[in-house]
Amino acid sequence: MFYLDSSQAVYNALKKTGTNFVVSLPCVNLSKIMKMVDSDPDIIHVPVTREEEGLGICAGAFMGGKNPAILMQNSGLGNCVNALASLFELYKLPLLMIMSHRGTEGEFMSAQKPMGKATPKILDALQIPYYNPNTPKEALNIIPEAWEAAKKRGNPVGILLDIKFW
Amino acid sequence: MERIDTIKKISSELTKELVVCNIGYPSRELYHVKDSNTHFYMLGSMGLASSIGLGLAMSNNRKVIVFDGDGSILMNLGSLVTIYNQNPINLILIVLDNECYGSTGSQCTYASTVDLGKVAEAVGFKTMFFFDNADKDFNFKEVLNSKGPIFVHIKIKSGNADVPVIPLEAIEIRDRFMDEIKKNK
Repeated sequence: MFYLDSSQAVYNALKKTGTNFVVSLPCVNLSKIMKMVDSDPDIIHVPVTREEEGLGICAGAFMGGKNPAILMQNSGLGNCVNALASLFELYKLPLLMIMSHRGTEGEFMSAQKPMGKATPKILDALQIPYYNPNTPKEALNIIPEAWEAAKKRGNPVGILLDIKFW
Repeated sequence: MERIDTIKKISSELTKELVVCNIGYPSRELYHVKDSNTHFYMLGSMGLASSIGLGLAMSNNRKVIVFDGDGSILMNLGSLVTIYNQNPINLILIVLDNECYGSTGSQCTYASTVDLGKVAEAVGFKTMFFFDNADKDFNFKEVLNSKGPIFVHIKIKSGNADVPVIPLEAIEIRDRFMDEIKKNK
């Protein structure tokens, strides 16, 4: 059977969506994707200092004509809440949020668990749709569909990549 | 000079440039002295003016002017580091520094004891301008003719003009701004 690497699947999905502007903060699980994005001449890659800053940059990039995405750990979602509500929801701007979801099944670090548990609830509270692809193949299909829907509705969408996804 | 005088002077010299304006009184004052489809008025997302400006500058060729404030940039100092590293030649970041959170009742910020120009210099900004509130006729043309990223630090007197809330919905602000960008790529 054809084997698709999990990082490669997310990267291929980003390419399928036409993502051409990515801001990022690292997670160990995202390091391969970040390298692929960084070496892609068709994607502007902006490492940022804090996730909320990245959201401001993505909003500007979208209005400037780009298809933006943010790569981050779910802990960074906590740093984004006000911008998601009072910038993205208020102005109806789309955004693809690819999140490594720590603190999920198989997590070795107990410190990741509280934010891991809170993550889906924060997205629910913000009425941001999110998807949990379980396999590389699912990611490849779900991410482009999620982005199309986000563009249509003009809102962010979350892709939660649990520990078991990698 | 108070903020509205500074905004009036600078905006009168702008034509095609895209403008991102900080939340609260700065946006209200800009709308009041001059409205344009080239303006993006922030109605939320405190602290993110410079970041929105950076994203815009990196995704189109037009000049981008950000009207930021001392309280706002203090909330997002990391933005200076990212702007310096991304080095957008078309970005002008103006910090209107009245040493207070003007829109929330003029509580003091730390900008009275920390020189924000020195912070930007330490980050690495090469092109910097400083104008004092006594410089009523500061030369903004020189700023417009310089290569970015540019950090413009303007000390102003605290105080808000008595101007109403902007009568535009967020969606209207977004749509006319994005149409303007699309039309004049």
